[in-house]
Amino acid sequence: MSRRPYIRKVERNWFLSQRRYTLYMTRELTSLFVLLYCVFLTLGVVRLSQGQAAWDGFVTTASSPLGVIFQLVCLGFAAFHSVTWFAVTPKAMPLMIKGEPVPDKTIIAVHYALWAAVSAVVLIAAGV
Amino acid sequence: MDVIVTDVAIVGAGGAGLRAAIAAAQSDPSLNIALISKVYPMRSHTVAAEGGAAGVIKDNDSLDNHFNDTVTGGDWLSDQDAVEMFVNTAPKELLQMEHWGCPWSREPDGKVAVRPFGGMKIERTWYAADKTGFHMLHTLFQTSIQFPSIKRFDEYYSTELLVEDGRCIGVVAIEMRSGRMVAFHAKSVIIATGGAGRIFPFTTNGAVKTGDGMAMAYRAGVPLKDMEFIQYHPTGLPGTGILITEGSRGEGGILVNKDGYRYLQDYNLGPPDPWPRKKAMELGPRDRLSQAFWHEQQKGRTIKTAYGDVVYLDIRHLGEAKINERLPMVRELASSYIGVDPVYEPIPVRPVVHYTMGGIHTDINAATPMPGLYAAGECACVSINGANRLGSNSLAEILVFGAIAGRNAAAFAKANPLGSPTLAAQATDAAQGRVRELFLRTGGTETISGLRKEMNDAMESGAGIYRTEQTLQDTCRVLADLRARFGKVQLEDRSNVFNTDLLQALELGSMLDVAQAMAHSALLRKESRGSHQRLDFPARDDVTFLQHSLATFGGAAEPAISYADVVITKSKPAERVYGGPAT
Amino acid sequence: MSETITLEVLRYNPETDSEPHFQSFVVPYHEDWVVLDALNHVKDHIDSTLSYRWSCHMAVCGSCGLIINGEPKLGCHAFVRDYRGGVIKIEPLDHFPIERDLVIVMDDFIEKLSSVKPYVIVKEEKPVSEGEYIQTPAQLKVFKQYTQCINCMLCYAACPQYAMNEGFVGPAALALAHRYNMDSRDCGKDERAEVVASNEGIWECTFVGACSEVCPKHVDPAAAIQQTKIAASLDWFKALLLPGGKK
Repeated sequence: MSRRPYIRKVERNWFLSQRRYTLYMTRELTSLFVLLYCVFLTLGVVRLSQGQAAWDGFVTTASSPLGVIFQLVCLGFAAFHSVTWFAVTPKAMPLMIKGEPVPDKTIIAVHYALWAAVSAVVLIAAGV
Repeated sequence: MDVIVTDVAIVGAGGAGLRAAIAAAQSDPSLNIALISKVYPMRSHTVAAEGGAAGVIKDNDSLDNHFNDTVTGGDWLSDQDAVEMFVNTAPKELLQMEHWGCPWSREPDGKVAVRPFGGMKIERTWYAADKTGFHMLHTLFQTSIQFPSIKRFDEYYSTELLVEDGRCIGVVAIEMRSGRMVAFHAKSVIIATGGAGRIFPFTTNGAVKTGDGMAMAYRAGVPLKDMEFIQYHPTGLPGTGILITEGSRGEGGILVNKDGYRYLQDYNLGPPDPWPRKKAMELGPRDRLSQAFWHEQQKGRTIKTAYGDVVYLDIRHLGEAKINERLPMVRELASSYIGVDPVYEPIPVRPVVHYTMGGIHTDINAATPMPGLYAAGECACVSINGANRLGSNSLAEILVFGAIAGRNAAAFAKANPLGSPTLAAQATDAAQGRVRELFLRTGGTETISGLRKEMNDAMESGAGIYRTEQTLQDTCRVLADLRARFGKVQLEDRSNVFNTDLLQALELGSMLDVAQAMAHSALLRKESRGSHQRLDFPARDDVTFLQHSLATFGGAAEPAISYADVVITKSKPAERVYGGPAT
Repeated sequence: MSETITLEVLRYNPETDSEPHFQSFVVPYHEDWVVLDALNHVKDHIDSTLSYRWSCHMAVCGSCGLIINGEPKLGCHAFVRDYRGGVIKIEPLDHFPIERDLVIVMDDFIEKLSSVKPYVIVKEEKPVSEGEYIQTPAQLKVFKQYTQCINCMLCYAACPQYAMNEGFVGPAALALAHRYNMDSRDCGKDERAEVVASNEGIWECTFVGACSEVCPKHVDPAAAIQQTKIAASLDWFKALLLPGGKK
């Protein structure tokens, strides 16, 4: 047989070759920061259960420059996660009302509206 | 050479081939079916058909109407017993497609919808948006997957039939990926390889339409029937030849010349209004519309572009919503390939070669004169289409005759043994020798692309929409010369692996033989009928030429042309009348 | 001197090459040419050994899938004018073995397509004599988009999961399964689930979405897969909560 099909190797840094792949990997990376923030929040709850002193210590750490940077980074990634998630939700859950598809923009807008509403409730409850 | 033993071998996996395979598999699941194609099935040219498939289904229609439209459209060269059977069977086949999942467009109540089409008195063209051929082909291909007895041989190029004592006992093919040749020993063979539009320079046809199956049967001694009848579709894009479906006229599109005038009214297709109106103006038969273009061209009333003369197809008045719903592909094609959005501008179009009415001589049972050999689809000529095919009859034809060929080839396979292995081996060695000779040839002086261009030019100038004794003689002379020079073609590619140089050379060989059959048949038909128009013999001559032409292969010499009767039953030849007021 | 444009084409002849290599061709520039026209010019006038697949030249047969300047595209739908003044780099589709020049081995794709049982499955055959299944335009609209796939494999060339795991059933095959699952005439969802709802099926997909971006027919296979994930999950919950009710 003279056939010799050639198999091209996939590079380890394949995701750097195109913008769409880099954005995808960044989106996936957000899960790490969401996880870290969950750990952080859990730690906060644990400290809260351990009394005033423990809680104050937690707040001090969280308010430190490093702590603030950490929380901002997590916020950034979480926001990126939400934005990309909202953008694709209409694809996963197409909605038909009276035989006509609901436009993607509408579905996405409703998500943002709900996000804003929930954020408002949380901020008000937190006394901001 | 490797041998594959099977019961039924089918060459060509487009609509007709797939339908035949399914029919054979269903008729007897114990039969082995080899489905051999030079391309993967979904690449077959059935995929490009757009407008629809005709079948009587609505209460306002009748089988007699479809029969009369078809026979009239064919200028009385259709075999009427076959047409009768065809119109009877078409609706059942189309319903079977629906059951297999074909996404036919629907009326609001959920029933299958139909649209008007050229040359038809009542609308009966089933459609799937404007991609009917695509949906039909994919439905057939996907349906065929569930039959384990259908074994596919994708990208095998068939080169010759194996014949023993005048009976077809198999076919020889090249496995493209490895270059090895394979002999299929079969009890019956079906050819479903499509037409040969690539013989002409401007065509809607894709690369695969090179008439290989026609050539195979022809060289084995089976006559090619009615080869002079070549259909020019009135609306192809200039340059690429991309098809703009007749459906755009069915939905109400109009054709205008450089003065914005609906010129078809000058050619016995008017009056222009009311519009749309069946069998009139832009819904006249394809041969008349293409001929009208030629006359407009002679009168200097066409529009000059970089790609030759055009007229305009205007569908703006249909509105964006209707265009997006019924003709989305037309919009996409015009926008992409010539930068025209038909919602806002008229589309430049011209007649381009589209369909081969002629083909392998078959009867109402899809059988050729050679026992064990069947043919169906565009490569065959029953004849349903006569001298001119009505749009949407072909997609129905591939189903009707594909199924018939499948069933009959299966029955033949059950009743007959394989051919003798020694005789098959001898024939196979000879076939391999022929391919080897071409493959290894040195000292060549001709190129494939050069000969192909000369063939294209000779056919378009001599055997186009209008022909004369002189132009046809010239073309016949050029073709004879090209066939001789073909013996001096040398390949650049000497690889065994996916050698498309060899493939194109073999395809050119097929086209040259088939073109010669076309040109000689046209030369000897001294009348005008349907799509064969002679400036020197402008009238139809039913006394001498109410006959099918039969071209018999002459080897290195030209073909011999003989004639056979047309089956006339209910419809006596009359004047072909289109246009007139609304009924 | 009329304008020209340069093509850099990946060549590979297994009988003479140890590995693929680029070859340059200079072709005339035409405003309305597509890349396929340029390749045909090379084959007809410069080097007839160049091998590639093509047929319809109107983006419906799916033969001419290529990687053009790093992007999966149909050769007949990539316009030379968009690359004017530059070089057009032409390679065979990614993630498939190269057979010869621009021709890839597509056996795996065909196998995947067949594995999802892409045909109407009914509990009982309805005779043709009873006429068509009633299917309203609204019912047709639900799955129509997913019928548009031309099997060009650009989505497989774009999918990083397929790149890293060749067992992945892949976008086009899963979109085709979805097409049948959503067709009102079909009852085969459960039969397809074994392949579709497997680890190599929808669950291998991580919604990169590149497939839908490159699809020339706007089939949106990514959407089909995500919708199938939700449907499969609901089926799983139903089977869990209502034992004996589903199957």
